[in-house]
Amino acid sequence: MTYPLTLTINGTAQSLRLDDPRVTLLDLLRERLHLTGAKKGCDRGQCGACTVLVDGRRVNACLTLALSVDGAAVTTVEGLARGETLHPVQTAFIEHDAFQCGFCTPGQIVSAVGLIAEGEAGTDPERIREGMSGNICRCGAYHGIVEAVLAAQAARAAEERKTA
Amino acid sequence: MNRFDYHRPATLAEALSLGATPGAAYLAAGTNLLDLMKLGVARPGVLVDVTRLPGLDRIERLPDGATRIGAMVRNSDLARDAGILRDYPALAEAILAGASAQLRNAATVGGNLMQKTRCRYFQDMASACNRRSPGAGCDAVGGVDEGMAILGWSDACIATHPSDFCVPLAALDAVVEIAGPAGAREVPLTAFHHLPGQTPAQDTALAPGELVTAIRLPPAAAGFRQHARYMKVRERTSYAFALVSVAAMLRWEDGAILEARLALGGVAARPWRATEAEALLAGAALGRDAFEAAARAALADARPANGGEAKIELARRLIVRTLMLAAAGTPARIPALPASPFAATEESLTHA
Repeated sequence: MTYPLTLTINGTAQSLRLDDPRVTLLDLLRERLHLTGAKKGCDRGQCGACTVLVDGRRVNACLTLALSVDGAAVTTVEGLARGETLHPVQTAFIEHDAFQCGFCTPGQIVSAVGLIAEGEAGTDPERIREGMSGNICRCGAYHGIVEAVLAAQAARAAEERKTA
Repeated sequence: MNRFDYHRPATLAEALSLGATPGAAYLAAGTNLLDLMKLGVARPGVLVDVTRLPGLDRIERLPDGATRIGAMVRNSDLARDAGILRDYPALAEAILAGASAQLRNAATVGGNLMQKTRCRYFQDMASACNRRSPGAGCDAVGGVDEGMAILGWSDACIATHPSDFCVPLAALDAVVEIAGPAGAREVPLTAFHHLPGQTPAQDTALAPGELVTAIRLPPAAAGFRQHARYMKVRERTSYAFALVSVAAMLRWEDGAILEARLALGGVAARPWRATEAEALLAGAALGRDAFEAAARAALADARPANGGEAKIELARRLIVRTLMLAAAGTPARIPALPASPFAATEESLTHA
């Protein structure tokens, strides 16, 4: 038996068939669609390296059964840039040294995009740290990560003022 | 994980029919169930995905002033709901003190009730566990973890229920609405999770095939909104389960307590409603003396399961602290570090 599955991944609609219902969203992305940006760290929802957006909300792809999000729009770190132009959060991570080894970085960046979209942390570093606590960085780049989130948020606000 | 058949029913009737299959389990977000399946702790032969069932994702205000929260409402949506924030602020604070933003975006109200203990012996297939394999014994007894239960445990099981959300629910007299093969019924939240006794594997009031469909908060639950807090002590500032947590709610007038609600998390296999302490508080003069007496009453029967005397003292102090904070008033906005005793900033206390 195979299971039909339709997902819009980084803006492209895909009709898939799964031969096994055990496939998580993370394994689907990495092993079958070769989108290896989302990382398999703990595979238990404890580290956040697998963070992706499902219908605009950040979730742990490792604890999401692919079949259960049938019909959803999924955004991975590969879907953030527009051509050669990086997403403002990606630019801010580079400018603020928000990583060292880079393993957690795709999850951090996607999580930060989700956090900014939620619009609840404001410019309070404590609220940003709390809002990003689902993403562990064992290099300890947290200071740069908070700076990057603040900068990306400010850039977005400035952009919105320009277009308003 | 084991192989399973996957079904995504479109109606409750269809879900209940599939759920009656031997070896079936209901799947919501799966943030706990899939983890347990990867570990081999849970091995359902059939998964019945209930996330698309109609009508279970709503928060409704009922004509009598009660609030019904559908079992498929996501934690982050609940904590963001204006009515919940206004009327049950400790509930929102407890949700935001739990897990991470990613998990709260996925995890559901029903799943929160159904989550299993995070006892490391329960999760470790190499350890004996009566909760996982009845009659196998309990390696947690005498084990390395001193953070086990202090109330309501037995020699068969000393695990705790990990939920934050269920602690204020217990204090607010929440009712669990259940659908099943034999029809619909209701169970008080405080009776939903079973104490272990000699049958720790039977951890909830649900019969095989039954499904949680909603939580209902009775009209009186909104009466504590100006003096309601949830506090949680954990091993790190964020994203950790409670060592001890406390939900405290007060109604008072002219310095005398009219009614108090008190419940503890992380101390027993169920969210622990401290009814003796509540009885002591009713009619008492508002202040530290009454709160100290209430804490002693709440913990009168506490015994450390594993040499964890520190947890009793931690619970005692956190009860007093949370009652003091509840008396001071609900913050106008959920603090930056929800439920944290280490919150740095003074929040304004003008909750409408």
